[in-house]
Amino acid sequence: MSEKRIPKLLVEPNKFCPGCGHGIINRVVAEVLEEMGLAEQTVGSLAVGCACLMMDTFGADWIQAPHGRAAAVAVGVKRVRPECCVFTYQGDGDSMAIGFSETMYAAIRNENITAILVNNGIFGMTGGQMAPTSLPGQRTTTSPKGRDAELTGQPLNMVNQMKQLPIGYLARGAVSSAKDINKLKKYIKSAIETQMNGGGYSMVEVLSPCPTNWKMNMETSISHIENTVKDIFPVGEFVKNGERIDA
Amino acid sequence: MSRKLMKGNDALAEAAVRAGCRFFGGYPITPQSEILEYLSWRLPEVDGTFVQAESELSGVNMVYGAAAAGFRAMTSSSGPGYSLLQEGISYIASAELPAVFVNVQRYGSGLGDIFQAQSDYWQATRGGGHGDYRMLVFAPASAQESVDLIALAFDKADEYRNPTMILSDASIAQMMEPVALPEMHEHDPNADWAVRGKQGGEFKRVTSTMYYIDDFDTYIKNKYDTMAENEQRWESVQVEDADLILVAYGISSRICKEAVESARSQGIKLGLLRPITLWPFPVKAFAEINPEVKAFLSVELSSLPKMEEDVKLACGMKAPVETFLGGANIPESSAIVERAVSILKEQR
Repeated sequence: MSEKRIPKLLVEPNKFCPGCGHGIINRVVAEVLEEMGLAEQTVGSLAVGCACLMMDTFGADWIQAPHGRAAAVAVGVKRVRPECCVFTYQGDGDSMAIGFSETMYAAIRNENITAILVNNGIFGMTGGQMAPTSLPGQRTTTSPKGRDAELTGQPLNMVNQMKQLPIGYLARGAVSSAKDINKLKKYIKSAIETQMNGGGYSMVEVLSPCPTNWKMNMETSISHIENTVKDIFPVGEFVKNGERIDA
Repeated sequence: MSRKLMKGNDALAEAAVRAGCRFFGGYPITPQSEILEYLSWRLPEVDGTFVQAESELSGVNMVYGAAAAGFRAMTSSSGPGYSLLQEGISYIASAELPAVFVNVQRYGSGLGDIFQAQSDYWQATRGGGHGDYRMLVFAPASAQESVDLIALAFDKADEYRNPTMILSDASIAQMMEPVALPEMHEHDPNADWAVRGKQGGEFKRVTSTMYYIDDFDTYIKNKYDTMAENEQRWESVQVEDADLILVAYGISSRICKEAVESARSQGIKLGLLRPITLWPFPVKAFAEINPEVKAFLSVELSSLPKMEEDVKLACGMKAPVETFLGGANIPESSAIVERAVSILKEQR
């Protein structure tokens, strides 16, 4: 029988809704940091939204940034303490709507930080409003008849925005299957390795379910990612060791 | 100590480096850009970091990160750009971190214009950003005072774990004057609260301290009350026997000093009270003035009276408080004397 081993960084049970993907992503990040021996020298930057629930349960040094500004805060830390492992943990509303500029410019300057951007296609904490990543036709509290892409634009593909930039590492993973979770762990490890080797900016986007605001149960949330979300947001590695690769 | 001819902005920037500042994240805007330009080459010379940010929003949050990591950090801006810093400053105050902010004031609301002015008095002294916080606001009246006050601003930011502010203006910042610079000061970034990974200890959370302090309302009020009590700074010129006291800071106070001298030579008893801290406003200075003073005249470079309110509160309205508004134009000292004489005539 295999031993159930919880990373020491997870100091309390998480506070996310049942079926939420954040708990899995938290666990994967914690495992990677511990396996790489970086837990004692890591500083995380998060802002608001569901991500901020981590501040009490994920036992790394944290700074809580204003909404959207986590990348700028992370840059401030990394520039003065280059020996630290510095990462942002943000939702899609935070990093891609209000924080689009800070997120993009950290990549444009190829800042030596890691961004973990959770794409669940919704503003979760505020009760399910439309996000930049909401799918066409997706019903949210601010698109009750379904997202009209003619009026509100197409879902924002952050990987496409970044893949032509001279950055260190870029990938998109998911938490919708055991296979995906194992791959996600590999991506996050590669991203942190890139940073600690001075390889420049690294970003991993993670497709994650929000059953509460998608008004789905856990199983349909997972099949929704597999059958629909992945078509619009393909998973895989896009930039590795500073070289653009085919996913 | 030898003196050097320097532009106000450059002198302030060099003094910041000598005060131990090792991080600047900022964005160009006239009339503060020389601070940005100077630090772009000077900080790397001392192993410091300069980042030209994509916006003031980003710059202030880089300062937040560097300050949280324990380093002396600052940014500077002017009018419209300073408005964009306010969100981040509120967060830094709420997290009780030291950092220094400089507003080289320009004229007007909206885009306004790049002329010298003192339009941002309310923004500086009333909090600016959202919520319950205050900043110590220092108002230099010369290049030398820019040098002296930026060092004090860093020290006081550390002492109170609170952001502090220099409220300068385009004249003080752009003119060249001789300055004596202090020796280089090295700052230890490894305070026990600084984030750098938990390093074997407990993990640290930099966020609003209200989440972790018992009876926070009392605690935070006491903090700002202590600052208000202990940090009032001012300069008084011939206020003990003055019939009319001019109140002015920054570039306006330079003209007012000349006005006092010129009036006194004509037998008109003017005095000057020059606040060096705008918050806390130097209420204590009013205890030392002529108890028979007939009027106060607040001299401000703006289109609306602003500091006038603080003068009224500080003097308890024991004498009338008038305002001389220069707009974007620095007045002649003779115009101030003329106005003072006319006010005194009305008081007879």
